[in-house]
Amino acid sequence: MFEIILYILAITFLVISFVKDRQKTRAALLKAWKAFTGIFPALAGILTLIGLLLSVLSPEIISGLLGQNTGFWGMILTSVIGAITLIPAFIAFPLAASLLQSGAGIMQIAVFVSTLMMVGIVTAPLEAKYFGWKVVLLRNGFSYLFSFAVAAIIGVVLA
Amino acid sequence: MIRIKPYLLFLAVVFADLIIFFFKPALAAEIVSATGRHFLQMLSILPPIFLLIGLLDVWVPREKFMRFMGEKSGVTGIALSILLGAAAAGPLYAAFPLAAIMIKKGVKFRNILIFLGAWSTMKIPMLLFEISSIGKEFALTRWFLSLTGILIMSFLIDRFVQPAYDRRAAD
Repeated sequence: MFEIILYILAITFLVISFVKDRQKTRAALLKAWKAFTGIFPALAGILTLIGLLLSVLSPEIISGLLGQNTGFWGMILTSVIGAITLIPAFIAFPLAASLLQSGAGIMQIAVFVSTLMMVGIVTAPLEAKYFGWKVVLLRNGFSYLFSFAVAAIIGVVLA
Repeated sequence: MIRIKPYLLFLAVVFADLIIFFFKPALAAEIVSATGRHFLQMLSILPPIFLLIGLLDVWVPREKFMRFMGEKSGVTGIALSILLGAAAAGPLYAAFPLAAIMIKKGVKFRNILIFLGAWSTMKIPMLLFEISSIGKEFALTRWFLSLTGILIMSFLIDRFVQPAYDRRAAD
């Protein structure tokens, strides 16, 4: 749905741009192409890595790991899995819901969801290409710690 | 001519996949289909984003961005950054090139961080899905906590990297 809006937006602006100024439109297309090809190799590497990780760490394996581990160590484990992997929301949320139903702790699930969304170890090299390593380490490091605060508060609120 | 070096990670992973193929062909088949899905997702979402980046770069003057999201944009800039990030969908890596063009156009770095944070975990389409699958209390508590945390973290990180960022923007 969002993608369709994005396409309509992009094509509409492209047409307007073309009507108004062909030279500028050419420059815009060239810039778009350059930006894309510049990042493509790194992106290709990361996407294949995600494909590999996601298959090895399948939902079944993750739920096995999460099911057995409780308490603080359970949170460490789920946060590490969440920080490394990049699981699309349409898989992650139903997975989290079914884990909760089968008795996983709310804090373990909260830290998992939060790190999954905010921390990206696999995509860190790509992030660093744009913003530098210092920003990447600070953003991901803070987000990782913050996810524990989220989990603790959710644990209290939903208790 | 295609240069090899940028593709090192890609080649290394493909090599690892090949090794897995010899020992666990079924797992390798899963890897291939998962990798294919991720490439398809990337190829469906990135073209319009890069197109918009190109058009933005050429048509929208730096002053416009500076006025609404720049150094002196205050609360307006913060609110706009949250709105832009939260209205989005798609993986976080799609936000990186957008954030990069925003840096180039003079958007305050704190607002860039807020935009990235909002995109990562406050997206409205995702919130709705989280409510329907995990529950209203969980999703909404997490959303408001994220809002608070992202604002605090963005102010902090901005303090840490501001000097380096100023140098970057001056280049």
